[in-house]
Amino acid sequence: MLMGTLRGTPLLSVRDLSVQFRTDQGLITAVDGVSFDLRAGQTLGIVGESGSGKSVTAMSLLRLLPPATTRIARGEILLEGRDIIKASESELERIRGRDVSIVFQDPMSSLNPVLTIGRQICEPLRLHLKLSRAEAKERAVDLLGFVGIPSPRESLGSYPHQLSGGQRQRVVIAMALACRPKVLIADEPTTALDVTTQAQILDLLRELQSKLHMAVILITHDLGVVAEFADDVLVMYAGRMVEKSPVSQLFARARHPYTQGLLNSIPPFGDQELEKLPAINGTVPSPFAMPSGCAFHPRCTFASSACLEAVPELASCGPNHVAACLRVTELERMHA
Amino acid sequence: MLRTIAHRLTLAPLTLLLVSFVTFIILRVTGNPVDIYLDINRTPEQVAALTERLHLDKPLLVQYLIYLRDLVQGDFGQSLQYGGPAIDAVITSIGPTLRLLSAALLLAVTLGTVAGLVAAVYRDRFPDAVLSALAVAGQSMPSFWLGILLIQLFALKMQWLPTSGSGGFKYLILPALTLSAVLLPNFMLVTRTAVLDLMNEQFVATARAKGLSRIRILLTHILPNAANPLLSFLGIQIGTLMGGSIITESIFGWPGIGRLMISAVSNRDAPVVLATVFLVSITIILANLVVDVLHSIIDPRIRH
Repeated sequence: MLMGTLRGTPLLSVRDLSVQFRTDQGLITAVDGVSFDLRAGQTLGIVGESGSGKSVTAMSLLRLLPPATTRIARGEILLEGRDIIKASESELERIRGRDVSIVFQDPMSSLNPVLTIGRQICEPLRLHLKLSRAEAKERAVDLLGFVGIPSPRESLGSYPHQLSGGQRQRVVIAMALACRPKVLIADEPTTALDVTTQAQILDLLRELQSKLHMAVILITHDLGVVAEFADDVLVMYAGRMVEKSPVSQLFARARHPYTQGLLNSIPPFGDQELEKLPAINGTVPSPFAMPSGCAFHPRCTFASSACLEAVPELASCGPNHVAACLRVTELERMHA
Repeated sequence: MLRTIAHRLTLAPLTLLLVSFVTFIILRVTGNPVDIYLDINRTPEQVAALTERLHLDKPLLVQYLIYLRDLVQGDFGQSLQYGGPAIDAVITSIGPTLRLLSAALLLAVTLGTVAGLVAAVYRDRFPDAVLSALAVAGQSMPSFWLGILLIQLFALKMQWLPTSGSGGFKYLILPALTLSAVLLPNFMLVTRTAVLDLMNEQFVATARAKGLSRIRILLTHILPNAANPLLSFLGIQIGTLMGGSIITESIFGWPGIGRLMISAVSNRDAPVVLATVFLVSITIILANLVVDVLHSIIDPRIRH
């Protein structure tokens, strides 16, 4: 998998993506200057708190945000060289579900309650691969077996409410993988599930990824999931990238104070005595009242007066490692 | 499902009992039929005969029980205006009313669904503004006035359609339009709201992410989900529609239950009034039963 990250041209290349929302109080910027590359077989983890812009990033990759209230202000989303931002609605319909698929957070509401799961899995097969009803049905049986649904043929006639949460997420994954997409976006795929099911679904995703050689974008707020699953990590805060690096680098030497704070707030494993779990003080700023300078400065223990004025640019701080912090070199010296 | 139907059916006689009781008492306490059916020159013998025939000399509750005893045997009594059995007049009127009701229902549901979908898709834009304004105008327009306007325009001015009466399909058009207007504006607005609500559902985003086109999502994902709230709305509106048919039938001289009921009430023909109310109640109970069955056909969560 590491080889994939080093070789070849990127499958998906996002450049300086900025997304704005139209609200009654005016335009707000939900995502500002996100860039990353993704190669076949590679997994990119996007991490951040609620409101950091990670789901908005995911939705804009497939242009699924409502055009009436959102606007992609800047940037490029190149899928094998084609810019998705410039694609027409009918071109988008051909890309969605065939080249790029998405799995949403909540399997309870991701499936249509009044249609059988067989019907819902067959839809993309019939649409994109032009399979006949019978062919699509056979493929759906294979897919359901592939994602570990017991007695797949009988399950075709089931309705979503007859399945458990974990099974529904398996169905959603089967649906997303139906046309063997090149890129799978998983937006908090396990957040709504219980812990044992979470592990099963992640194992399943990993297994399917290596079988199908897909690129995966895993959106999560759980650094543990990222550590286990991702090759690269992109950390977002208040709509901006604050750090991006290979996963081992990030856990060994996180540079941005926000990332360090996130890592410190993971409960330690084992029976270590811990007085209190460290947390990052304060909350994510409201998009209507963004702090000046570095958006993280009100919560940052290292903030200096310069942090209140300049928005830090992403700067290289190691191989494939960038961070957006004005004091990154000073802090490095401090820790050394 | 079968249990629900059985449950409903066991409740039906109770509903009918209550309806007949209330109607019977109201009819009896608001006037003595003898005073209406026998003129000034009546003889005491005539009065005595009618009083005995209608059991008017007995206490009210006993009168009701006698009525109930006959009712169970299928005897609704004799019509005071027509002379024959009350039920005969009602049965000949039920056909035209059902024809009118189903035509109006069909019009309101199809037009209302289409208009509601269009309004939802073009939310806050021109087509929505026009349709929603029309709906509000329709809601505030009494059906007797709309009926008269339609007669003036299509029957008197254009002379395309007959003003009133019954016969072929031509006679059905104006009454059906008038009656459908009772339901159409609300049905359109309910459709619009239901569709707009569903558009924000996660499964719609999933369907879009699969690459389905908007129109396809609307027809195959949203509409089947909207069917349930719409059906519930129809269930509630059946009574309103029945009430609307009384007015419509009177305007257009449509030979249905509504017109029969009006003439029976104004002539104090108690047996006919009772029989019509009874039949209308049965129709409403059955219609709600059909709504329940359709609910379970549409929504697997109710079925299982």
